[in-house]
Amino acid sequence: MRVRRWTRTSKGFTGATIAIAILLATVPLVFDPNVVQKLTNLLILVLLASMWNALAGYGGLLSVGQQAFIGIGAYGTVFFAGFGVSPYPAMVLATLVAGLISIPISFLALRLRAAQFAIGMWVIAEVISIFVRLDQNLGAGTGISLIQLNQYAPNFRQAYTFWLALAFTVIFLAALFVLLRSPLGLSLQAIRDDEDAARSLGVRVASRKRLLFVLAGFGCGAAGVLIGANTLFIETGSIFSVQWSAYMIFMVLVGGLGTFEGPILGAILLFGIQTTFTQGGPWYLVGLGATATLFALALPRGIWGTIEERLGLRLLPVGYRVVEMKREETTA
Amino acid sequence: MTIVNAVVQGIFLGAFYAVLACGLSIMFGVMRIINLAHGDVAVLGAYVVFVIVDSTGMSPFVAFVVALPVMIVLGYVLQLTILERSLKSGILTPLLATFGLSIVIQNLLLIKFSPDVRSLGGNAGAVTTSSWQVTSGLSVSALGLVILVVAVLLFGALQLFLSRTPAGWKMRATAEDADAAELVGINSRDVYARATALAVAIAALGGLFLAIRSVFDPLSGPTQLIFAFEAVVIGGMGSLWGTLLGGLALGVAQTVGAQINPEYSVLTGHLLFLAVLIVRYGGVRVSLRTAR
Repeated sequence: MRVRRWTRTSKGFTGATIAIAILLATVPLVFDPNVVQKLTNLLILVLLASMWNALAGYGGLLSVGQQAFIGIGAYGTVFFAGFGVSPYPAMVLATLVAGLISIPISFLALRLRAAQFAIGMWVIAEVISIFVRLDQNLGAGTGISLIQLNQYAPNFRQAYTFWLALAFTVIFLAALFVLLRSPLGLSLQAIRDDEDAARSLGVRVASRKRLLFVLAGFGCGAAGVLIGANTLFIETGSIFSVQWSAYMIFMVLVGGLGTFEGPILGAILLFGIQTTFTQGGPWYLVGLGATATLFALALPRGIWGTIEERLGLRLLPVGYRVVEMKREETTA
Repeated sequence: MTIVNAVVQGIFLGAFYAVLACGLSIMFGVMRIINLAHGDVAVLGAYVVFVIVDSTGMSPFVAFVVALPVMIVLGYVLQLTILERSLKSGILTPLLATFGLSIVIQNLLLIKFSPDVRSLGGNAGAVTTSSWQVTSGLSVSALGLVILVVAVLLFGALQLFLSRTPAGWKMRATAEDADAAELVGINSRDVYARATALAVAIAALGGLFLAIRSVFDPLSGPTQLIFAFEAVVIGGMGSLWGTLLGGLALGVAQTVGAQINPEYSVLTGHLLFLAVLIVRYGGVRVSLRTAR
């Protein structure tokens, strides 16, 4: 027997992923701003789903309050731009702020478990949203436009935003990929499989969870920044909406909780659904909610988790696999 | 005097939160799960009462009695279709499944009833309008008093049910240890279904009070869930009387906060909840112990 990480398929696919990322960088040069805006949306969804999966899939932390960081990212951009920082550096700053704020929040939130954590995070998001609403400089809840972005011509603006989205997505997904493959990641996957057993084997569960929580704070902050830049108008009611959590849960549950590839698949599926049913509306949300419930009950590992289980397929390998050695290798 | 008035109004408001929280507390006590669709179930209850009032013109209180069997059946169905399955796999599954359900309920209500804001205050008769002026700065509304009395009676009745009736004993035994309860012949499946039916029925009562004392729309559920959960946590999870006190504390925090600035009302409630979490889980007790 021998323990392996890479297979020919996974080597090929990881290579292809890198190639796709490079190819994506040329999108703004080829397509019109409308398409670029849509693809920016897709990248935002991929980022959100992967970050939520990092929390729930590996840390066992089901958050209904990640919109806290989305909102901080979006409003942070407005805040820094208001001080005369030029828009794109303001976005990077806002992402950093959202990530840094997640550190003190983690000391409260991570003491809670299951439902307490879920709703505790929700309340934290509500509190931050109320504070933003009370601030006159941030539009006091009636919303605020990112007027500073008007200095760019629309197609340039859309291109810059797309490149920023691509950079953020690549950075955060690569960080998660490397993290999960490191010895640290092994302990994270142990926590995912059985928290108590992992603890009894000496895994420092609390600090590992904090790592994921802060990563997700940065990642969701980045997504919030991008949402603001992509829609040009933000308002507390929608940017701090629990709907974001609903989308994240849908993407991760359908794609595959606790798998690296699953959330990406889930994001593509949600993107497909959103572009098909452009009107949105209540029936579309009924469908999303019902699908999420069905997957939670009947297919808890999602589409990708099930494929992985049945076919032993790993495209972006973060785990190891045991393979039977051929006779000549054993005797040699 | 204004602060006394704020506290009194807070107690009335808190009694309403306690009723909303009661079902959540029962389900957590018996099954150790939090139903994230609890607020939406309460709002659904309000709509069921609304439909009955709208088509028959009867008083909302009578309509609630008519709606009760519907809600109880709904509770059983909820348990047998979703919760029972979700209980079998992990602690996250019930949360995920009920979060999905919450979105479904909200949007089905949206399709059926439109986003219009509604209220049953006008249909409830004199109870919503009469109040007593105790002193110049303190008035007591009849409705507030009714809700407070109902809340205390509700928790008292539950206490009696759990301590004096065989069905209540079974529920406590199952809550304590479902496997051990099975060994002595208690059907935990049945007990769980009853607990959920009870929780849904009480949520509907919360929905009735919501509809009479203020306004509601299809998306009112999540706010009700947050308030209910805050009441449960402030009072101490798993304690029934604690939930009543937690509800009252939340109500008082909100009205006293509103006294400082009307915009702070919900905020002070949230801050009380977070403060309780910090005190209870924030290591304060640990530091006291090591200091000794």
